[in-house]
Amino acid sequence: MAAGTAGTNTENAPLMTADGVPLKQSLQRALRQKRRGAFLLTLPLLVFIFIFFVAPIADMMFRSIENEVVGKYIPRTVAALKDWDATSGELPDEKVFAALVEDIKIGRKDRTIGKVARRLNYEIAGMSSLFRSTARRVARLDEGPYKEALIAIRPQWGELETWQLIQRESGKYTASYYLAAVDARFDNAGNIVAQPEERQIYTFLFGRTMAMSLSITLLCILLGFPIAYLLATLPLRYAALLMILVLLPFWTSLLVRTTAWIAMLQQQGVINDLLVLVGIISDEGRLQLIHNKTGTLIAMTHILLPFMILPLYSVMKTIPPSYMRAARSLGATQARAFIKVYLPQTLSGMGAGTILVFILSIGFYITPALVGGTSGTFISNYIADHVSTTLNWGLAAALGVMLLALVLALYLIYDKAVGIDNMKLG
Amino acid sequence: MGQNGSEAFVRFEGVQKSYDGETLVVKDLNLDIPKGEFVTMLGPSGSGKTTCLMMLAGFEPATHGEIYLDGQPINNVPPHKREIGMVFQNYALFPHMTVAENLAFPLQVRRMSKADIETKVKRALDMVELGAFGGRRPAQLSGGQQQRVAVARALVFEPDLILMDEPLGALDKQLREQMQYEIKHIHESLEVTVVYVTHDQAEALTMSNRIAVFNDGIIQQISSPDTLYEAPETSFVAHFIGENNKLDGTIQSVGKGTCKVRLDTGETVTAKAVNVKEKGSRTSMSLRPERIVINPKGKSVPNILKGKIQELIYLGDHIRTRMTVAGHDDFIVKIPNTFGHEPLAEGSTVNVGWESEDCRALDFTEAHGPG
Ligand SMILES: Nc1ncnc2c1ncn2[C@@H]1O[C@H](COP(=O)(O)OP(=O)(O)O)[C@@H](O)[C@H]1O
Ligand SMILES: [Mg+2]
Repeated sequence: MAAGTAGTNTENAPLMTADGVPLKQSLQRALRQKRRGAFLLTLPLLVFIFIFFVAPIADMMFRSIENEVVGKYIPRTVAALKDWDATSGELPDEKVFAALVEDIKIGRKDRTIGKVARRLNYEIAGMSSLFRSTARRVARLDEGPYKEALIAIRPQWGELETWQLIQRESGKYTASYYLAAVDARFDNAGNIVAQPEERQIYTFLFGRTMAMSLSITLLCILLGFPIAYLLATLPLRYAALLMILVLLPFWTSLLVRTTAWIAMLQQQGVINDLLVLVGIISDEGRLQLIHNKTGTLIAMTHILLPFMILPLYSVMKTIPPSYMRAARSLGATQARAFIKVYLPQTLSGMGAGTILVFILSIGFYITPALVGGTSGTFISNYIADHVSTTLNWGLAAALGVMLLALVLALYLIYDKAVGIDNMKLG
Repeated sequence: MGQNGSEAFVRFEGVQKSYDGETLVVKDLNLDIPKGEFVTMLGPSGSGKTTCLMMLAGFEPATHGEIYLDGQPINNVPPHKREIGMVFQNYALFPHMTVAENLAFPLQVRRMSKADIETKVKRALDMVELGAFGGRRPAQLSGGQQQRVAVARALVFEPDLILMDEPLGALDKQLREQMQYEIKHIHESLEVTVVYVTHDQAEALTMSNRIAVFNDGIIQQISSPDTLYEAPETSFVAHFIGENNKLDGTIQSVGKGTCKVRLDTGETVTAKAVNVKEKGSRTSMSLRPERIVINPKGKSVPNILKGKIQELIYLGDHIRTRMTVAGHDDFIVKIPNTFGHEPLAEGSTVNVGWESEDCRALDFTEAHGPG
């Protein structure tokens, strides 16, 4: 566009600077230098972001589909299985069993067979022990026929399902982590089917995470709005004091705040003691306020409240009191003036606070882990569990990518509905 | 003032106001405003004008005293039931509504029918010549246009009383002058009562039927613009309205309407006794620069003093002369640029004279300098 407008000038006689260089050229040189300077200044940050943010996320995305274990550590079996028709209803032939025996022997020596065992165990429970016990006994297996020998060691080697699984998971990439993340799996014929009911958990967890995040966001709006209003309207010295109370949580470690809530909420804790003391509940009827949804709701609302208050406050502070007064002088009652005039002007701050609190809470980890028990934990707690306990990094990665996609989707919806430009953070 | 409350449309009776319980921001306000009048509260910043307006509109309670509107005490009437239109200094147009929605707001609150609202909004917009701007947001209008919308919004529900708090303060000079006339015309054609607040004396003189000059929470004088300029009753008013020469002295004798005052430099002058105490007390006299004659002939005026010319400023229609008279070196004389006026030179000494009538002996004040 710039070229189009400048073009009318340059058609006849290009403008020159004093030393005869075309004006456009020297302008561009000046701009280029400026841009290079700006780029160099941001370079350290860009490198930092790339190494510690972009690269790990890319790695995580890759892990959620990566599947090289089977092909890498039992290559002969995988190659031999190529020709086998999984739907034929017949077991693979002797050649495949021989290849497997050799793979397991080598894998036992190299200590890699455990990886295969663990990988396949994610799909069908029992695969791990099948491989491990077979590995212990194939050493004495020197000549064929291997088929009968293996089936004798463990009858699972005579089941079609075992071989179908190995063949299915022998590719370099797999969708099974994502299927698992939405409570689905491949059946023996390779079709996508729902997990058996007792193993369905992740969609439920995503739902619970969303529902609780929504409740926390609503609570934050309900509690944060009046506080922000007070902050914006109180005389300065009271407002400053209140602001310190609002910011105090920011200056305290998340862990400390959460453990403080444990002290408050547990059955022998401060709140229950108080209620018993006042006589609202009996000593036997102490309330279960922690290690369930209630605990997570209370603690997380408290922790995320500043993220709602601050954007609301920054917007409210810019609304002069004369707006409400004008509305009142025009005949509106206090309530009507508030709803029709004040509230609409706070929406940009409320939007910012809502999206901030919701996104933060959807990925929250520590607090639900400490006070959530089993009924108040979030999807992120299960991700952590897969990372550190079951070591199923593929599934953890798939769940993480889905969480990320969810957040981005919400962000886009918000942008469409309200417009990110209208968001006021401070 | 104002003992006949039956005539007053707005009436402040002994109103006091304190925000902190320690200082009175409004000290003892008594003011009667008849229906249809344009009254301006004029005074320096912090003199309590806005506070008075806020009490009238119902946003601040009076600490003491009573305010009446159309004969009814309104201290306990909430703002939305007072039926008072108000124009704020920052206009307070609702930014999330269009101009038309802003104007429709007071009508919707009064549950008028859609058709009525539409015609009234249109009429109000036409009145301020913004008929084509109904669909715009306030942020898309210029300052002057926003100002007109604010006026239209305060008028659209046809209140009998309009309050305006420095409504033109944010506009540039030219636009301000134009809006002064427009507001004045609207007042005349609609016959509403207007209470207007400003700290700009020219604005007050241009627009008002009567001006109440505020200082320090007290009304110094309520008069028509010409009386205020020509017959100020306190030094503050003389100083605040128009340009003023102040001469301090001690009263020698008080006669019938006049008094003799000995200036601090020894000369004695005769002045009109307006606001003086007994013989021997101090007084500040007020003398308008255009009422002073240079080199008066013989004994044509009773008061003649010597003046040394310090500075001449040529202003076309008149020559502004700063001289030292009776020890004051900020004595201003305006000499009309007529044919054959006195030739003047900086540094020369001339006689300056004036009528006793034009020299008003008022309450003594330390503050000085031409207003
Ligand atoms: N809401 C308030 N709280 C405390 N003091 C106030 C308030 N509003 C005004 N004041 C004080 O009252 C005095 C008069 O203010 P104001 O009525 O706004 O004067 P004006 O409008 O003439 O400039 C000032 O000293 C001001 O500081
Ligand atoms: Mg004011």
